[in-house]
Amino acid sequence: MPPFETVEVTTDLLILGGGMAACGAAVEAAYWAKKKGLKVTLVDKAALDRSGAVAMGLSAINQYIGLAEGANTPEQYVDYVRQDLMGITREDLVYDIARHVDSTVHLFEKWGLPIWKDDQGKYLHEGRWQIMIHGESYKTIVAEAAKNALGMDNIFERVFIVEPIMDGARIAGAVGFSTRENKFYAFKAQAVLVALGGAVHVFRPRSVGEGLGRAWYPPWNTGSSAYFTIKAGAEMTCQEVRFIPVRFKDAYGPVGAWFLLFQSQATNALGENYMETNAEELKKWAPYGLAKPIPANLRNWLGMMDMKAGKGPIYMRTEEAIQRIISAAGDEKAAKRKMKGVESEAWEDFLDMTISQAILWASQNIQPEEKGSEIMACEPYFIGSHSGASGAWLSGPEDVSPAEYFWGYNRMATVRGLFCAGDASGASSHKFSSGSHAEGRIAAKGALAYILDNREQPRVNPQAVEALKEKILRPLALFEEHRGLSDNPDINPHYTKPKMFMFRLQKIMDEYAGGVSTNFTTSKTFLERGLELLTFLKEDAEKLAAQDPHELLRCWENVHRLWQAEAHVRAILFREETRWPGYYFRADCPDMDEKNWLAFANCRWDPQNGQWEMTKRPILHFISATK
Amino acid sequence: MPSYVMMEKCDGCKGKDKTACQYICPNDLLVLNPETMKAYNREPEMCWECYNCVKICPQQAMDVRGYADFVPLGASVVPLRSSDSILWTVKFRNGMLKRFKFPTRTTPEGTAIPDGGWETGSDDLKSPVLFSEPGSLGVEVPTPSKKS
Repeated sequence: MPPFETVEVTTDLLILGGGMAACGAAVEAAYWAKKKGLKVTLVDKAALDRSGAVAMGLSAINQYIGLAEGANTPEQYVDYVRQDLMGITREDLVYDIARHVDSTVHLFEKWGLPIWKDDQGKYLHEGRWQIMIHGESYKTIVAEAAKNALGMDNIFERVFIVEPIMDGARIAGAVGFSTRENKFYAFKAQAVLVALGGAVHVFRPRSVGEGLGRAWYPPWNTGSSAYFTIKAGAEMTCQEVRFIPVRFKDAYGPVGAWFLLFQSQATNALGENYMETNAEELKKWAPYGLAKPIPANLRNWLGMMDMKAGKGPIYMRTEEAIQRIISAAGDEKAAKRKMKGVESEAWEDFLDMTISQAILWASQNIQPEEKGSEIMACEPYFIGSHSGASGAWLSGPEDVSPAEYFWGYNRMATVRGLFCAGDASGASSHKFSSGSHAEGRIAAKGALAYILDNREQPRVNPQAVEALKEKILRPLALFEEHRGLSDNPDINPHYTKPKMFMFRLQKIMDEYAGGVSTNFTTSKTFLERGLELLTFLKEDAEKLAAQDPHELLRCWENVHRLWQAEAHVRAILFREETRWPGYYFRADCPDMDEKNWLAFANCRWDPQNGQWEMTKRPILHFISATK
Repeated sequence: MPSYVMMEKCDGCKGKDKTACQYICPNDLLVLNPETMKAYNREPEMCWECYNCVKICPQQAMDVRGYADFVPLGASVVPLRSSDSILWTVKFRNGMLKRFKFPTRTTPEGTAIPDGGWETGSDDLKSPVLFSEPGSLGVEVPTPSKKS
């Protein structure tokens, strides 16, 4: 094994990640840091231009309030999010993002993002909160502003962050390694802002061959936010709230434009609208089932009922929607022009953000104006946005949050100096790309305020850093030690390679924790057996082997996934009810229990003794547009 | 295969220390083979088909062949990206061709000014006013109408 040079970097604010939240943090932090004479450093495991969940592009911005034109209020957004998450939401955090998100969208437009406009020059809405964009270069543009603000001297690309460095109970920095050179990095900082994304491939995906990588959320979201914050000792929230989007089948192309912009319906194979035929079921999930808009998980659930009844596949009726739009256009000439426009809009929706879906349509000769296309629930993902909610338990803003939700600095976790945004921040769903950027800005400002109040540099024990280096590089050493034993470097009794480690994790999660093979159904006994198997896997994580830095990256990504998995299983086990039937179904607790479980199910791994503690936290209802 | 390298067109970015595809791939998949001096996708089953390698390749030596475990053969989707727009050519299995062109940005590359020209209305790190606000927001930063 070649020697790895240790590179030490000392900074004031360390931003971990390179996606929307990290880029938001970068522009905000750069502004205030310059005024206050502070140093800001950003570390991305990929290239900032095309990293994070928006790396491919997007066809819409899903959170825009329209404050200046008086279209909506942040209070109305809070009502929308609370309803969609079946009551489980931190109103202060959601409100805070909603009051700032328009600023972020207006900055995007100034930087060069093309936003669709209507005849009056106003943003063209897809839905109440959604606006359409020509978003192929969305991430490149947002990254450019972050680079211009921070300067490339303060940005490290292709460095993978593995672990936090602690000074007692306070964060002191982070360690990781380069995937390009033999370098080990130790970053020391007064505050660390985690924006390392969500988690994909914790559960076995529906496609397990070449299409393994075609998850809805990108495969490079590997649970690093959850791992980093859990290992630092932070309290976590909503670890049971997985997100399972319904998307076009197999390639997972977006459905938002079809449902909202084109007003398309989804039906079963018999042409029945399952939201109407299964409407009776919604009463069981009152009050959320009976209010509008109907929560995403219940829409999933009603569709799944038809699948179980043999009435599938479920189709997006694209041909009906287009027909309706064309007939409303007027004469033949106008209809033809309209058709051309709609066709272009429909294909751009895929080409901007899920090119695979365009390939799939072309390969099956699908023209949306001629026939409908299958839609289906994907596999479970962990994200802080959409109707996911998993992340760290954070302080809210001082001018909004009640005492239970405020401890000194906006977006600080329960660990001193540790800040979170985007997918790393829990209980604040529906932030999407724009809200994640806005939350990155909010968290960066909170972190700099903390730094100015706490000027003492944390103490870092050099031996502890050296021990972390040995641990992080161990998979390379283990491979070197045993490589000669077998004919095939992947098959060796002394170690396990990261790919099979990942498949083992996915099999456990799929079969015991309610993956696609059990129709998202699980129970206490299944979860407890799953935890036993996860314990073996956790022990075997010590035996991961890597033959190059790329495999070393895969080793640690999969350890990160494993910890996200464990937090999830423990949280589902703790919450003794079924609250989001379209996301997972506890067959032994099939009903929603508002009396006992309208509460946050939080958890914390104690770095002192390695034990998990589960805690209920109250849901406070103090923001509403209707009160 | 997801993304793959066309051997005849790839020139290994002329022997530089890293190829364009290797630089951009968000999942660390593309890598230069120092013996052939051509890039290859080392883990095609972890490819998201984000097309960033296809879009950035100076030789147009990258293409995508749809995931073989669910995509019928014969279709292709090929981008041609310039500094302000992108042209897509979609070829169907039955041979039909469609072409689409979309704008990608409204400003020259490299010119994004972080604050967008808006001044920041507060010097206070503890205020809820973010940089460029309230100008970029269009209204004063709201506070909730109710608090318990």
